[in-house]
Amino acid sequence: MPATPSAPPVSSMPPASSAPAGSASPPAPGHRTAWADGLDELRAAATTEPGRLRVIGAVLALLVLVFGAVTAWQVTDRTAAADDVVERSQPLSAAAADIYRSLADADTTAAGGFLAGGAESKATRDRYAADIATASQRLVQASANTRASDPAGRQIATINSGLPRYTGLIETARTNNRQGLPLGGAYLRYANDQMRTELLPAARALYDAETDRLAGDYAAAKAWPWYALAAGLVAVGALLWAQRRNYRRTNRVFNKGLLAATGASVALLVWLGAAHAVARSGLSDSYEQGARSLRVLNEARIDSLQARGDENLTLVARGAVLTKDQKDFYEVGFRSGMADLVGSGSGAASAGSRLGAALALADDEAGRQPVREALAQVRQWQARHDQARTADDKGDYEQALAKVIGTDRPTRESFDRVDAELHKALTHEQAEFRSAADGGRAAFGLLAVGAAVLAVLAAVGAVLGIGRRLSEYR
Amino acid sequence: MRGRGLLNLRAALAPVASGVCVMVAAAAVLVPALSGDGPSGASGSAGAGGPGTARAAQAAVGCTPQNAVQSLRPSPGGGEAVDRIKRHGQLVVGVDQNTYRWGYRDPNTGKLEGFDIELARAIAKDILGPDAKVVFQAVPTNQRITALQKRTVDMVVRTVTINCARKEQVAFSTAYFQAGQQVLAPRTAKITGFDDSLRGQRVCTAAGSTGESELSARRHGARVLTVPNQLDCLVRLQLGEADAVVTDSALAAAQAAQDPTVQLKGKPFTDESYGVALNKDDVDLVRRVNKVLDDYRGGGGADSPWMRAYHTWLEADLPGISGPPTPEYSD
Repeated sequence: MPATPSAPPVSSMPPASSAPAGSASPPAPGHRTAWADGLDELRAAATTEPGRLRVIGAVLALLVLVFGAVTAWQVTDRTAAADDVVERSQPLSAAAADIYRSLADADTTAAGGFLAGGAESKATRDRYAADIATASQRLVQASANTRASDPAGRQIATINSGLPRYTGLIETARTNNRQGLPLGGAYLRYANDQMRTELLPAARALYDAETDRLAGDYAAAKAWPWYALAAGLVAVGALLWAQRRNYRRTNRVFNKGLLAATGASVALLVWLGAAHAVARSGLSDSYEQGARSLRVLNEARIDSLQARGDENLTLVARGAVLTKDQKDFYEVGFRSGMADLVGSGSGAASAGSRLGAALALADDEAGRQPVREALAQVRQWQARHDQARTADDKGDYEQALAKVIGTDRPTRESFDRVDAELHKALTHEQAEFRSAADGGRAAFGLLAVGAAVLAVLAAVGAVLGIGRRLSEYR
Repeated sequence: MRGRGLLNLRAALAPVASGVCVMVAAAAVLVPALSGDGPSGASGSAGAGGPGTARAAQAAVGCTPQNAVQSLRPSPGGGEAVDRIKRHGQLVVGVDQNTYRWGYRDPNTGKLEGFDIELARAIAKDILGPDAKVVFQAVPTNQRITALQKRTVDMVVRTVTINCARKEQVAFSTAYFQAGQQVLAPRTAKITGFDDSLRGQRVCTAAGSTGESELSARRHGARVLTVPNQLDCLVRLQLGEADAVVTDSALAAAQAAQDPTVQLKGKPFTDESYGVALNKDDVDLVRRVNKVLDDYRGGGGADSPWMRAYHTWLEADLPGISGPPTPEYSD
């Protein structure tokens, strides 16, 4: 306000506007395009200070608005991806895990019921029926969210066509078994073979596809909004430059409008950076602590189910199926399932095994406790399994059967406890996942709306600030 | 006491009886066995279809497919092995649990039963008396020889085919059943046996079984499907994934017993004699078992234990057998 502008007197308005206008008039005015007029005006404006100020004002407002718009756009994108993680891909991944587990559980339960023969309990039958029902329901849920041409869609088709065939084989096995025919065992083994070679691999591939989708949504939600950040830096930089230019020409330190615009832009930039950092860490936590743990625990559960199925089938097949090196096929399967679950040694689970990995991933005591308990039960299961094998190898089938499905400290009990502990661990990790992901999601909160408001404020500030300077020329 | 005396008398007369009977019985039942083209002697396995434990290139000295079924003369006495069993007070017998009518575990009662099981009980009763304790130990096909060599069982009664390769590793009793590879198909099928009626048909057989090697030698235009266990073939047949099954006639009969819509087609096209397998060192036990078998056969009489067991377990699906195979001796 106090000091006089240094430049204005030299370049006054009239020459600036008249000179180009004069040169432009000779050609027929009707043929002049608006574009050419605009260019000429711009050229003219650049030569005078008020003209320059107008251009600077327009550019500043534009930069700030672009910053706001890009921020709103990128944040909306990430919010949508974070919502997808929590509301779509994680539930779908959980549904796929349910399908995988239900199928494995159905197979294991069928073999267990088969061993009991005519004495198959209602609980066993109900559990099998519930497994098949769960798998069917989750398949509908999964296919509603999947195009048939997706990799996931193809797996769903495979499971859908294989499942009725599988249940048919199981019912035939049951019927034959009730009649006391060894043919029932052959049907059960064939059903198990179908489950092992067709249904479970498809369910696993479905689970992998859904988990990939989950990971993709995580990556989309966590990606830094580079365009918005760059636009913000450019806008703030331009505002600072305009104020420095202003200061040099007028010796006035503050221009309230430009200052406000800068403040709003910096605030938005900081908000953007901070919110994103918080969201990222929340989502990372939910991935590290939740999604990865869930995956390992789900796989551990499948391993234990398959080991249990093999244990049952060893007694169903009674040496009828051998591996290439003449060992019992199902006993070999049991051992390899156990090796995947806890490693080959005794005592603590080896680091590469599922339970070892689950223990390492669990980040609190409430998460570690059930995994440790599951491990203890697996060790007990192995000890009891060895007793059952010893009895069977000695020819005492009755005792081996009692040790596997009986009532006096059978392996069935150990297996059920392992399954219950893993279920407990899964529930805990599911909650962890949800709260961390929700925290991350909340960080984006009002950011998109805030970006729009702050950008408009900044643009208004910039325009007012420049207008203030312009008014000095009138 | 009276029973024992009678048994002993029979045992004493057995060589004579068998000598007299041999012509008649052989003419009636054992034509294939004596016909001499015994591929069973060289081919690896039988039973539940596992690979043969040994396919020794060199058969036992002097063993030919023709004389492989010869065993030691029966004796009611004992020796080291019989005394050992008496000392333990129990007979440990390796059996099958999966072959219907032969040796199988009824899933509803948990009890083992079948033709082989009944024979094993008869042997135990002879050695240990009427309240004999028999421990049945399920041995998978691949463990039959090993279990004998390691002496985890005293004997194996489990549809073991007598052949020269196995005679290098274990000892055999005289033959107690005459079987052979045979074709099984739905009653309505146009398949007539192991011949060109198999052309274009999908024929199922157990991997590593005698049936598989027979099919690879003479395919008859069939497409071969192999499965881990012979019983899996019946599953494939019922599901329409196979048109016929080639397996041991005894096992084929066990399959037919579980499905009234299938039947054996044609005649057995190989010879396989089942014997009780024992440890090679247990010479006295071999003779004792042969004595029991002689009693069991009862000279092929209609009321002999052998015939009663046949009526109970096998006749429905293996009709037309008029008596047990005649024992042959090497000494």
